[in-house]
Order: sequence, then structure tokens, then C-alpha cells
Amino acid sequence: MPSDVETATGTSGATPRIAPPIAMLAELTHRCPLSCPYCSNPLELAAREAELSAAQWARVFREAARLGVLQLHLSGGEPASRRDLEDIVAAAHDADLYTNLITSGIGLTERRLKELERRGLDHIQLSIQGVDPESADEIGGYRGGHARKMQVAEWVRRIGFPLTLNAVMHRRNLGRLPETIELALRLGARRIEVATVQFHGWATTNREALMPTREQADRAREIVGEARVRLRGELVIDYVPADYHARYPKPCMGGWGSTGFNVAPDGTVLPCHAAQTIKGLSFDRVQDRSLADIWENGAAFTAFRGTDWMQEPCRSCDRRHLDFGGCRCQAMALAGDPAATDPVCSKSPHRAQIAAIVEARPGDSAAELIRRASPA
Amino acid sequence: MTSRSPSLAPEDCPVLPRGVRTRFDPVRGIWVLLAPERALKLDPVGTAILAEIDGKRSLAEIIAALAAKFDAPVEQIARDAGAFLAGLAERRMLEVKR
Repeated sequence: MPSDVETATGTSGATPRIAPPIAMLAELTHRCPLSCPYCSNPLELAAREAELSAAQWARVFREAARLGVLQLHLSGGEPASRRDLEDIVAAAHDADLYTNLITSGIGLTERRLKELERRGLDHIQLSIQGVDPESADEIGGYRGGHARKMQVAEWVRRIGFPLTLNAVMHRRNLGRLPETIELALRLGARRIEVATVQFHGWATTNREALMPTREQADRAREIVGEARVRLRGELVIDYVPADYHARYPKPCMGGWGSTGFNVAPDGTVLPCHAAQTIKGLSFDRVQDRSLADIWENGAAFTAFRGTDWMQEPCRSCDRRHLDFGGCRCQAMALAGDPAATDPVCSKSPHRAQIAAIVEARPGDSAAELIRRASPA
Repeated sequence: MTSRSPSLAPEDCPVLPRGVRTRFDPVRGIWVLLAPERALKLDPVGTAILAEIDGKRSLAEIIAALAAKFDAPVEQIARDAGAFLAGLAERRMLEVKR
């Protein structure tokens, strides 16, 4: 999740209310020219015909702002695959939302970027798949992609947009983490997200090939720690460590239904991008129900909000307000129960399964990557 | 020339860079600082400090203005504002013109 929001305020007054969300991630489309082996979109992609129109998005943005959303992340798929991206950005700006474009850069031109500036875009987050064209294009599955991204970064710098570089790290590129951080500096980025691959959706298909080694995970922590000190005030490094190798789970979404939500291309409102992998949850769409009602009362949002749903060992754990039991989707995928403790937690009865996955990956790093196809 | 050294000298002129801005949040009834991938809740002290930043006046001038406005000792304001602004600079939410 790109958003790292540091405030969570309750509302005052006699009746306890659900705290409003701070961030919204709008998946404008599932279409994308890249075919990354760790794609975070669901296995079943929405077709172009199912996508919300720009006018529908404009209405959703106004509802989100009234509900308390401050930050909007425009994502996908590749959001630039929508020819009406400029109109969508203008609508977000009109709704008084801080607007961030999460892009691969493919589909952006200097002219489009200038138009996005004119329409009020605040910030750009550009993904990279590697530090050189050969390895990056092999991961992205799009020839010429890396060179194009470098060109886009130059236009972004020239226009003056603040830039965040997003680098998904995995077994094949973790050895080049220092160069990745140097690339962010060279491109003039203010921030870099060093995000170790998370195993949801398509990434699970390629888990064997992408799983970092324990040595890589340990080394990455050292490199990030050193770079944070050296580059203080120059480059902000947000780090998502390899959670299969950690002692405790990540505080997924900062707590289910507490700080933000996603809207899928077809208008389905999700507590997190992988929530549809949880069997038995039912989801609402922005076409059928108000965003405020979905946030406060929607079945998918109330299912794991707070701590009442927890089982042991979470229920009596001191860390339950720190990591909220970890990731519900990972509990579903690995323990078969979305209300279980995230199996990456050292206190989980399923922890042995995680250790086995980390140790069992094949010895060669050339395990084949399986790609997905983009929807028409 | 802008510099991003996290500690600010009295003659430094603090400025919010592009993509960083304050706004009033009517839903929560507070001021917030919005920046790339961040939203910070501001308390009344932080709100007052950031309200003085205009990209023209030095840190020393801002501190003097705040001390007069709140009838507080200059040393105390210097300490509070210095630490607050250095924290923002460290996170690339503030730059200084020298």
C-alpha cells in the first residue's frame, strides 16, 4: 500500500463513530502494458467495458472528500492507459484531494505530463523494475520500458513534480539494492519505496522464483539502515521488509477499515487490494450505495475492523494494537482462515509452514517467471 | 540555492517545497500538512509555525513574530520551532533558502 498516513483521529461527540478514512486508492483500470510477475491486481481482471467513467469517478471523489479522505492515489493497472486520465485528475483536484499518480510511466508523454500539471496533479510515483534496461525489461515484460521510464523521470524533473521512485525488490534484484537507491538520487526523487515483493495474487504464482533468500533479506535491512543515515534530509526511504522472514507480521493497511480503502475499476469498494481473495466476504459498489455507508456499515469493512474478530494468539497479545494480527489475506491464503493470526507471526501455529516455504525454494535463481496477460 | 540540511540556522529561510501544503480539514476540524504519500495532523503549535512560513522571512524573524504573537520567551519558541522544522526537513517536507 503506497499510503503511509500518520494520523488517525477519532471524531468527538457523544456517539462513537467510525473514524473517517484518510486515503483512497482508485484503480482506474486493470489494463497495463507491463506484465510483471508480481502484479498485485486480482487474478480475475476487470474488462475495459466494466470501468467506471470519468464522471462516475468525479462523483466518487466528491463523496470521498466529504467522508474525510485527504489523499487520493490514482493507480491501476496503468492509469495512463485511460485516455481521460487528465479529466479524472481535474475532478480529483476540484474535489480538493491531494492527488498522486502511481504509474509505470508507459503511456505518458511530456505533453500529457504538462497537461496533468495544468489540471492540478500533485505528485508522481514512478515504478522501476530494475536499474538497467536488460534486467528491468525482462521483469516488466515490455521491451524499451526502462529507457522510457528514464525519459519520463527527466520530464517529471523538468516540470518540477515531486517524484517518488517505487522499486519492488525480490530475489532477482535485491543484490542491486544500493544501485537502486543511487538511481533514485540521480533521478532527483525525494522518496524511494523499497518494497519487498508481497505474495498475493499473481506473485504467489511466482513465489519460488521471487522469494528472497534469508541472506538477501538480512542484507537489505542493513543497506536501508545505512542509507537512511547517510541520506538524511536528501532522500526518504520507505522500506517494506520481506515479511516471510520477519518475526512479526506487517500492520496491514494500518488496521482493517481504519485509514483507507481501494475502489476497483468496476466500482467495487475494497478494504485492501487483495480482499476479494477472502471467501465469504461480500462487497459493495459505489454505483449502489454511498461511500460513507459502505465505509461505516459495509459487511466487508466491519468484518475485521477493531479487535473483536480476533482469535488466540492475537486476542490476548500485547501487539494486537500494533500489527492488528497482520494481513487477513495472507491468513486466508496460508492458514485457510481469514480470522487466523497472520502465519508469518512467530506466535502463529502455522509458522512452520512459512519457514518451510522460505527454505524450500529451489537453489537456482533462474526459476521461470510466469506472466499474466492484460485485459482487452 | 536551496539546501536540505536538516538543521536550520537562524538566517535560513524555510519554505514548503512544491507538493507540500497545509489545509484545513473540515471533517476533523483540524489543520493538516499534506505531502507526497503523507498526511500529518497539525497541533495548534505546528499550525502556527507553518502559518508564518512565507518563503521570504528567515527562521529568526519567524521566531520573533511567534514570540510576540504568543507572548512567549524567544528561546522556547526557537527550540520548539527549530525541532519541528528540522523534523520536516529531514523528511523532505521543508527546504531552506540560504
